[in-house]
Amino acid sequence: MDAIVVVGASLAGVHAAAALRRDGFVGSITVVDAQAHRPYDRPPLSKELLTGRFGPDDIGLRSAVDLDVTWRLGSAAVGLELNSSGADGAALGGRLLLDDGELAFDGLVIACGASARTLPDAGGPDAGGPDGVGVLRTLDDALALRSALDDGLSSVVVVGAGFIGLEVAASCRQRDVAVTLVEPMAAPLGRILGDDVGLALAGVHRRHGVDVRLGVGVQRVTAAAGDGSGCDVHLDDGSVVTAQRVVVGIGVVPNTDWLQGSGLTIDNGVVCDETLWAAPGVVAAGDLARWPSARFGSMLRVEHWDHAVASGEAAARRLLAGADAPAFDPVPWFWSDQYDTKVQLVGMAGADADAEVVSGSLDDDRFAVVYGRNGRLTGVLGVNRPRHVALMRARVEQGISFDDAVTAARDL
Amino acid sequence: MQVIVDFDVCESNAVCMAIAPEVFEVRDDDFLYVLVENPSEDLRDKVEEAVRRCPKQAIRLEG
Repeated sequence: MDAIVVVGASLAGVHAAAALRRDGFVGSITVVDAQAHRPYDRPPLSKELLTGRFGPDDIGLRSAVDLDVTWRLGSAAVGLELNSSGADGAALGGRLLLDDGELAFDGLVIACGASARTLPDAGGPDAGGPDGVGVLRTLDDALALRSALDDGLSSVVVVGAGFIGLEVAASCRQRDVAVTLVEPMAAPLGRILGDDVGLALAGVHRRHGVDVRLGVGVQRVTAAAGDGSGCDVHLDDGSVVTAQRVVVGIGVVPNTDWLQGSGLTIDNGVVCDETLWAAPGVVAAGDLARWPSARFGSMLRVEHWDHAVASGEAAARRLLAGADAPAFDPVPWFWSDQYDTKVQLVGMAGADADAEVVSGSLDDDRFAVVYGRNGRLTGVLGVNRPRHVALMRARVEQGISFDDAVTAARDL
Repeated sequence: MQVIVDFDVCESNAVCMAIAPEVFEVRDDDFLYVLVENPSEDLRDKVEEAVRRCPKQAIRLEG
């Protein structure tokens, strides 16, 4: 293998390229990205970048510095042509089509992530919606909101109480902006952490002055009646919330449109085998990779920071190691910081999992919860309990019994 | 090999502790303590992984 192309100067793409070099690959590596920015870290976009603690120069990916690759930034991947491989699998590779040229490769890492979903009936200015409706996914999105905050933004409606929505709400409150948080489900993060924990987190936001509206969806967003500045957000229950800006955080869609017709299997992401192999010479990593997890007995697609690092490295190794590469089946881990509340989950929880509070109580600002299914430990949540999460991580990997996990966690 | 943590950046996510508990410990006060500032070479792979997996990019290695 002489030439590897990485699509996405993302966390997953950068860590894939770094792992290729670390593992001794001496051929050419070209990293392509539609965005012109140098590789940057996303978690600060909804936090430190909005609160003003960091500027755009503070969030560069350290792992991209001094990386021996050719950067091709500002070039969008628009198509993929794979060589037809013989029975011996020798003819790996193909051509990546860009909006300003093309690149031949022997190996391809697809790590171009996902895009924020928009409100079907509201959209942003591009979709015919009013000014002031936006998402928060890219550095440009974050800088636009930051600029509005610096200019004295006084009110915002956040649609969707997922991680991005909750973090944006917290960052805006920290800048004294009036925040209304609208979530159609009964609790924030209910599907991920269960309604009890979700409501506890809603309480954190209410204590910080957020107007949290649960169980109510958005019908449409219009330009504000009256003087015409800002937006009216029309809710399912007939009420209307007026704000200068609307930030929509209702999940993401994998960036796979450009792969239609390539021969890859596209189904809620790039479908891979258990080693992240998508086709001969093609691997996927990060938010758009979907692969079968033996540990969890299902196809997974994971959007966490830690997964981007881990899957990028694993995908790179798969390219170099061939079919002997081990299955990629780690225990997921994520964190989210809101105000001075640090939420961390190792493993999986879920709305219908067994759950036991093992430290503190849901009314406290510090607690830990152990989750299980069929008598086995599946995940551990810490709210301002990083030590519990770190120390229980190995036990989640081992899949010890739920009862033993509860006992062990209580003893920490 | 010397472990250097930028404590202004560290937010005690404790990922390093899960990967290399011989070197890193987040205690009940939620602060990170570096147990061994100059770990032995047999810990290099673990410590390097902790560097890569730190979500705040707060750890670096010298030597």
